[in-house]
Amino acid sequence: MSDLSRRKLITTGFAAAAGVTGLGVAARLAQKYGLVPPDSGGIYGLGETLTYASQRLLTRHSLAREFSRSQISKRPVPNEMPPLKEPFKRLQAGGFVDWRLSIDGMVSRPASFSLAQLKSYPSRSQITQLACEEGWSYIAEWTGVPLSHVLNLVGVQPQAKYIVYFSIDPDWWESIDMADALHPQTFIAYGLNGDELPIGNGGPLRLRLPRQLGYKSVKFITHMTVTDSLKGFGKGLGSAAPEAGYTWYAGI
Amino acid sequence: MGGSVSIPSAVSATLATTVAPRHSALVRVAHWLTTLCFIALLVTGIEIVISHPRFYWGETGNVLTEPLFRLHIPSSRALVPTGYGYVLPDQNGWSRALHFQAAWFLVLTGLLYLISGLLTGHFRKNLLPRKADLSWRALSTVIAGYLRFKRPIEEGAWSYNVLQRLAYLFVILVLFPLVIWTGLAMSLSFVSAFPASVTLLGGQQSARTLHFFVSVALVLFLLVHIAMVWFAGFRSRMRAMIAGRAGTDKEPT
Repeated sequence: MSDLSRRKLITTGFAAAAGVTGLGVAARLAQKYGLVPPDSGGIYGLGETLTYASQRLLTRHSLAREFSRSQISKRPVPNEMPPLKEPFKRLQAGGFVDWRLSIDGMVSRPASFSLAQLKSYPSRSQITQLACEEGWSYIAEWTGVPLSHVLNLVGVQPQAKYIVYFSIDPDWWESIDMADALHPQTFIAYGLNGDELPIGNGGPLRLRLPRQLGYKSVKFITHMTVTDSLKGFGKGLGSAAPEAGYTWYAGI
Repeated sequence: MGGSVSIPSAVSATLATTVAPRHSALVRVAHWLTTLCFIALLVTGIEIVISHPRFYWGETGNVLTEPLFRLHIPSSRALVPTGYGYVLPDQNGWSRALHFQAAWFLVLTGLLYLISGLLTGHFRKNLLPRKADLSWRALSTVIAGYLRFKRPIEEGAWSYNVLQRLAYLFVILVLFPLVIWTGLAMSLSFVSAFPASVTLLGGQQSARTLHFFVSVALVLFLLVHIAMVWFAGFRSRMRAMIAGRAGTDKEPT
């Protein structure tokens, strides 16, 4: 081995070591500042982490685009069929007066809210786009109570990092970080285009998250848990989406 | 090294160090990384389109609205009226994840290539057309050469002609930036921070439609690129882009 190639080998070795150390430091910093998504372990974890981290750095406080009344789509797409299972049908027969949204976990005052209670809080409206991962979209006016308002009522503890929320359909549950949970456009929605939220669009209660794809806006929500770790939920990947091959973060 | 009989090893070593490679190591690495990413993006992009093979103009579009055009292919969603009696399996989950991961690698490779290309003079020396070559006479000579199917073995082995330079610059400076822009303009979260990125394109569905058209343009470039490499001498061009060595298809004896 000549001197030249030995020097080259040493330089390359140093560069590689520095690179690996740099990556290690970057990974630890990302973990510390909450820039690593819960489904970062798989083969697409690097891309996932780059997307989520850069979105968190660039878009933590930015507002989803809002549209004018004239841009509202004539027919909001109901997409999937409503769950016709027994628990939903029973509540539907009763006009949803017994529908409850319970919130527990890392909160000072766990509570269970009726639709009437949620509607008694200051309501807000937003004309935003709902986009599906498949590529289609529609614009509608959503009415509801900001999630941050309800979270203030139950008193979220400072160590909380995620809100996990569940549909009455046991296969559909999601979670978001506190940046999204406290975002002013994240609603517990009960109205659509000036009317009750139709069942096809998630009525009577849907989490509305206009900066992420439709599957994060879980329909028929009944339960929320505030937590500092997603390990204990399902397979620990953050939500049902990664278990079905989809990404946890859906802002892109 | 020891296999060479006719040339003494000292001479061949001198040759190897003094003769500049046809393509620098960085260009070669960037080329193949881009190729890999592009194939991943293409395959997953097709899979994503299959879940909704309809295209619209403006902000919104869905199965309840009239499409600008639709692809006459089956879909992976029962909701889409395709005219086919069956629904393909859903591949969107991994397709989307791989699409974005490959996009990240492509963007990072592209940035590395752009910066180093500017620093080393790669763009100025190898891609920027010379002023004299931009005259109509010079251009028509090159075009006539292509029309006569003249094999550009000798001169083409060492540098690009004006049409090649213009084509590569168009892909690098127009098509790739456009495909990245139109892709990002579909992201709900990205446009919340940079709303002009989507309004300038005419809306989210317009961005999606443009993303499709720019991708088609990139695929057309790829097909012509492969055809020209084949035409010019597949082995010598591949050798130049893999090992860096230029030359004709004839092996030295």
